[in-house]
Amino acid sequence: MALTLEQVRHVATLARLSLTPEEEQRFTTQLSAVLDAVEQLQSLDVEAVEPTSHATLTSSRLREDVTRPSLPPEKSLANAPAKSDTSFAVPKIIE
Amino acid sequence: MPVSDFQPVIGLEVHAQLLTQSKIFCGCSTAFGAEPNRNTCPVCLGMPGVLPVLNQRVAEFAVRTGLALECTIRPTSVWSRKNYFYPDLPKGYQITQFDQPICEHGRLVIDTPQGEKAIRILRIHMEEDAGKSVHDAGGGQSLVDLNRAGVPLLEIVSQPDLRDADEAVEYLKAMRDVLVYLGVNDGNLEEGSFRCDANVSVMPKGSTTFGQRCELKNLNSFRFLKQAIEYEIARQVDVIESGGKVVQETRLWDVNKGVTRSMRSKEEAHDYRYFPEPDLPPLHVSAEAIDAAAKALPELPRAKLQRFTSQYGLPAYDARILTAERPLADYFEACAGHYKDYKKLSNWFLGELMRLLKEEGTPLSALRFTPAQLGELLGAVDQGMVSANAGKDVLGEMFRTGKAPADIIAEKGLAQVSDTGAIEAVVDDILAKNAGEIEKYRAGKKQVFGFFVGQVMRAMKGKGNPALVNELLKKKLGD
Repeated sequence: MALTLEQVRHVATLARLSLTPEEEQRFTTQLSAVLDAVEQLQSLDVEAVEPTSHATLTSSRLREDVTRPSLPPEKSLANAPAKSDTSFAVPKIIE
Repeated sequence: MPVSDFQPVIGLEVHAQLLTQSKIFCGCSTAFGAEPNRNTCPVCLGMPGVLPVLNQRVAEFAVRTGLALECTIRPTSVWSRKNYFYPDLPKGYQITQFDQPICEHGRLVIDTPQGEKAIRILRIHMEEDAGKSVHDAGGGQSLVDLNRAGVPLLEIVSQPDLRDADEAVEYLKAMRDVLVYLGVNDGNLEEGSFRCDANVSVMPKGSTTFGQRCELKNLNSFRFLKQAIEYEIARQVDVIESGGKVVQETRLWDVNKGVTRSMRSKEEAHDYRYFPEPDLPPLHVSAEAIDAAAKALPELPRAKLQRFTSQYGLPAYDARILTAERPLADYFEACAGHYKDYKKLSNWFLGELMRLLKEEGTPLSALRFTPAQLGELLGAVDQGMVSANAGKDVLGEMFRTGKAPADIIAEKGLAQVSDTGAIEAVVDDILAKNAGEIEKYRAGKKQVFGFFVGQVMRAMKGKGNPALVNELLKKKLGD
């Protein structure tokens, strides 16, 4: 299945990736090859097989509703490029 | 065509924060109002290498809510990732449920001027909340607080079965009542723990094809919901009438201007690329667990309201107020065990008791007197031991001190005087002092009677039995 350049650009935008024109070309080819590989599965008859979303995790382990200590804010914010008191500071989101 | 030739079609999406102690996938507290980022940990901060583990109470609350809304509970429901970028979403995706939500195909009955109407529920799913952004921080910055990131939410999506703003408000109120009764949500629209988005479209009356819809946000009160929907209906009709087309978009209710306005959004903003969450296994809910939850369901607001009208013979108005909150309804029923004139009891609840609770800001759980004591007081009023007015003072004192009504009546000397001889002496005295007024009364100025009653009551400090005072005055005046 051949991807179009437009589709690759769209996916790149959604993933916040800025690609050079060369990269766009290269990934169009590579991604199309990946899709082709996956497409082979379409030829299999899976009528009687339950869709499997998880290969290994089958039963759900749940936790009790009890609180545990959180991190102190200075640790939570330790990697923040910018902060204000104990808030993360980011470039203004809405104009 | 005028607006009245169009049929609005409305569906609501409710987001309800679940009343758990800890977040949905980690042990951080869900407490509201903490210092920013005080309740965060590597899981809800989206640090690499961490794994989410589901809080079992979230699943319990979802099942409980689904059953109360007459949904089918899915034995196996699946978690999905909803991918988008926003600074208050640390992982770059929200863990939610997409194609296999825990509850589906329910309904909620509401009242409309045309009678009862069942609004279908499309689905209910569990998800994590995002953090909170503050945009007016100055310095070209927004501030992000991730305390709310990972707080458990239920999203409850209705079918587009609502036909005007009033129905939407009724639905939202009924939904809030149910969730609060179930103990899964606090119903607080202002603080945002109970939120609502509205999908609104219009079509020509008689049409069966829905128009293009817009999604309205920022509806954090019942009043705003009504105003925003009504504005949006008129706006869409205007667009169509002037030959335009309604564009599907998200619109924000502007409280100050009283209008909805478009949120500028890029085309791909809604391309969420959902896929199954690899870090969480599907959730299994056993038939036994569903049965147990069904058996443990409390009486729901609507059933309780209907029972209050039939069992206690109360008007719908009284029953609605008394059953609006479960503690009040429970307290009424406890009192009804001690006092059998239910309508009179309801009057005291709707009048004095609710006034006191509101004025003193006291929760019902902190009431100092017992249902038996309230019954005792109302009995004393019925038997003429205290006047209804003095009874209100006694209730106020019970409210503040928790003392027994009999003790308060004795201490404050509020006992009503029903001794004919004592009242007669005062009546004679007043009449003797007001010969002129008697003349007027006998000459036909009947309203002077009220003056005499007032004088007698004042002389008796309000403690004269009103029926007896009236009776004796009439006798003495020769009526």
